[in-house]
Amino acid sequence: MSDAHVATVDQAHAHEAHVAHQFVNARQQYESGNLGMWLFLQTEIMFFGGMFAAYGVYRAWYPEAFKIASTATNVPLGAFNTVVLIVSSLTMALAVQSAQLGKQKRLVWMIILTMLFGAAFLGVKAIEYTEKWHHHHVPGPNFIWEKEGGREVQILYCLYFAMTGMHALHMVIGLGIMTWLLIAALKGRFSPSYYNPVEICGLYWHFVDIVWIFLFPLLYLI
Amino acid sequence: MEGHITPTKTYLAVFFALMVCTVLTYYVWTIDLGFFNVVVALGIAVFKASLVVTYFMHVKWSPILSKITVAISVIFLGILLLLTSMDYASRQWVPRNVGWENYPVLK
Amino acid sequence: MTDHSAEVRHHVEELNYLNNGWSWKSWLLTVDHKRIAILYLISITVFFVVGGIFAGLVRLELLTPQSDLLEPETYNKVFTLHGIVMIFFFLIPSVPATLGNFLVPIMIGAKDLAFPKINLLSWYLYVIAGLVGIVGIITGGVETGWTFYTPYSSTYSNGNVVTVAMAAFIAGFSSILTGLNFIVTIHKMRAPGLTWGRLPLFIWAHYATSLIQLLGTPVLAITLVLMMVERAFRVGFFDPALGGDPVLFQHLFWFYSHPAVYIMILPGMGVISEIVTCFSKKSVFGYPFIAGSSLAIAILGFFVWGHHMYVAGQSTYASLVFSLITFAVAVPSAVKVFNWTATMYKGSIRYETPMLYAMGFIGLFTIGGVTGVVCATMGIDLHIHDTYFIVAHFHYVMVGGMVMAFMGGLHFWWPKITGKMYDENWAKLSAALVFVGFNLTFFPQFILGYLGMPRRYAAYPEEFQVLHVLSTAGATVLAAGYLLPAFYFTDSILRGKKAPANPYNAKGLEWQIPSPPPTENFLTTPVVTEEVYAYAEAKEEKALV
Ligand SMILES: [Cu+2]
Repeated sequence: MSDAHVATVDQAHAHEAHVAHQFVNARQQYESGNLGMWLFLQTEIMFFGGMFAAYGVYRAWYPEAFKIASTATNVPLGAFNTVVLIVSSLTMALAVQSAQLGKQKRLVWMIILTMLFGAAFLGVKAIEYTEKWHHHHVPGPNFIWEKEGGREVQILYCLYFAMTGMHALHMVIGLGIMTWLLIAALKGRFSPSYYNPVEICGLYWHFVDIVWIFLFPLLYLI
Repeated sequence: MEGHITPTKTYLAVFFALMVCTVLTYYVWTIDLGFFNVVVALGIAVFKASLVVTYFMHVKWSPILSKITVAISVIFLGILLLLTSMDYASRQWVPRNVGWENYPVLK
Repeated sequence: MTDHSAEVRHHVEELNYLNNGWSWKSWLLTVDHKRIAILYLISITVFFVVGGIFAGLVRLELLTPQSDLLEPETYNKVFTLHGIVMIFFFLIPSVPATLGNFLVPIMIGAKDLAFPKINLLSWYLYVIAGLVGIVGIITGGVETGWTFYTPYSSTYSNGNVVTVAMAAFIAGFSSILTGLNFIVTIHKMRAPGLTWGRLPLFIWAHYATSLIQLLGTPVLAITLVLMMVERAFRVGFFDPALGGDPVLFQHLFWFYSHPAVYIMILPGMGVISEIVTCFSKKSVFGYPFIAGSSLAIAILGFFVWGHHMYVAGQSTYASLVFSLITFAVAVPSAVKVFNWTATMYKGSIRYETPMLYAMGFIGLFTIGGVTGVVCATMGIDLHIHDTYFIVAHFHYVMVGGMVMAFMGGLHFWWPKITGKMYDENWAKLSAALVFVGFNLTFFPQFILGYLGMPRRYAAYPEEFQVLHVLSTAGATVLAAGYLLPAFYFTDSILRGKKAPANPYNAKGLEWQIPSPPPTENFLTTPVVTEEVYAYAEAKEEKALV
């Protein structure tokens, strides 16, 4: 019974900087953080998955209404936002790379650029929302649809606002995370031996981009 | 850490591919393929997403556990979508006299 | 237990996780998984009492055929709140957030969970959810049933649907974070030598549970959000009047809520595996099968949700598929029951309190599981759907299963958690009362349901009164059984005998550190060289096979 409790590793003094007390070493901490973020993204996929399921059901039920409704979405703005998000994903990826290479200044700039593109996305989204509001295309008592199939079209708009709204909320949270990341980067907290937070925030940012990659064709085009 | 450092060249190539795909999505939408519009648009979206996951999110160089996590996400999302649509696809097959024909939504 | 030098033990006993700081702050801002487990234990006990009071009101109302004690509308609120409180605020966090939080890091030889601050955050989310829920209850309650079915919840209900659903939504995030923490911890923080094949079955069960929490809970979250938006802004997601499909709500709801049933039973199965092998003094029979069946239940559990919707307008053909897969889930559940029984076979069984609970679990869970197969049969379900047969079935699994397992586990690890022994005789009496009271409460409900008594009604025909009176009488005995521990556990904390490190001669890392454990769990990282459950009798068993 005693042999299972043999002391071997003395970790009291083996702790490196940045390694939290519960971890044995930096590698364990890095892998745990990474896996934790991936699992979180797994929950995010299922979270959006519920709405995608609803979208699929109603699209199959009301294909005509959905076709009519998507003609009223602003495709140029949607396409523009797609491009904006892809660029922000690129700058985010380059931010991680800068941290890995220890290029502090480039890291800060890449984070700032990512945030700018993210903010631009939200700005365009706001324009779209106001446009919908003025056209009375926001579901609820104010909803007006001149052409036929208003009841079914309203369902698509419910989904449109739910999905893009939830996505925009994730963008806002993303901007908050990036602000924190920017402050930490300005303080010089990251180095080639410690860039885990940058990478984890990057995973989140790319995920939000992926959601949009699906939302754009589903809500604007088809 | 000992993580893989992706060269800027690779990132730019992926970025370029994503842009081409976006333009392609837009272009395909302008021509009417009927049902295949949906298939093509979703196909391109899946391809774009896998590019982002593989390169931007470093799954290509990540431990097997990250790959499994991605796979599990896709599989369980698939279960949700597939089993839900199983119901909707077969609702019309219901034999008569069950009384569901009077359900207003199904009319 | 002779290997610890006296001086080391003395030093450790002086400073453990309980006496390491007494201030409020040292508890409310702790990141120690053991203290967070205690915080959870206290808070879920509060909600167990709240849910129990609602249950008591339901049973009292049903003592007479007329709806006299409660107005029908109040009765609807009471059973709804009983369900919501018991499911979201007691059963789902019961074992994982208390025993799991306490034991998962210790059993795998780690100092803490991978993300201690997130662990604390998950407790705060739970508390916030609880407060929001209590506000919702005080300001009007909700009468939709715990399932929040649309369009009743989103359109017609007069209750405080949004507030209470918001409470369930927030509690869901608490549950997700616990699951995430467990999976990362189990993957990344096992002690050297602790291979997957050597993990305690308690860990396997929690791993499977966490998978469900991660993959299922978000779907419930978004479904509740859509329902709340529909109610708040009068827009149509599920309302048939607005072109929506209420059955879609049920699909999304049960995609989580069926697997959630396994969140509520798998950790209990993990507890039972530990207790049965310890008190049989035998290595567990068929370790890979018990471990594998946990994963199988978790995965298969995602394929069966449609069995809640046979009469809801779901396609018959889809129902057929869901029904068949539901039958299949019975297989891994049965594998566990067979293996526990085989573990006990020819073991030297000690009938101490945890073992009494474990044996009660095996019997009651078997009844609950087998009647589950009955309910999953489409033709029979047409008759027993929404009757007391269903109520009895899931109470046999949830109360006869999970609550028994929770009580068993609490008694089993009580000496480890508190460092004190409890009074064995009182505990045995309590276990007996719970077993008798439980069966008296719920067995008559099988008959009631079979005879056609529908659930969720405050009044009923007089011919059902005898069975209802029996059930209420049983509930009284059950309540007495649950109240007893409050006394002898308090007594144990105040005046209990000091617990040794390993009072039951059990295997596993948690029994090799002092009771109660030091804050860091292990002074030095343990190295595991032994196979799991290496009880002496393991050799004999090989000879038998
Ligand atoms: Cu079920």
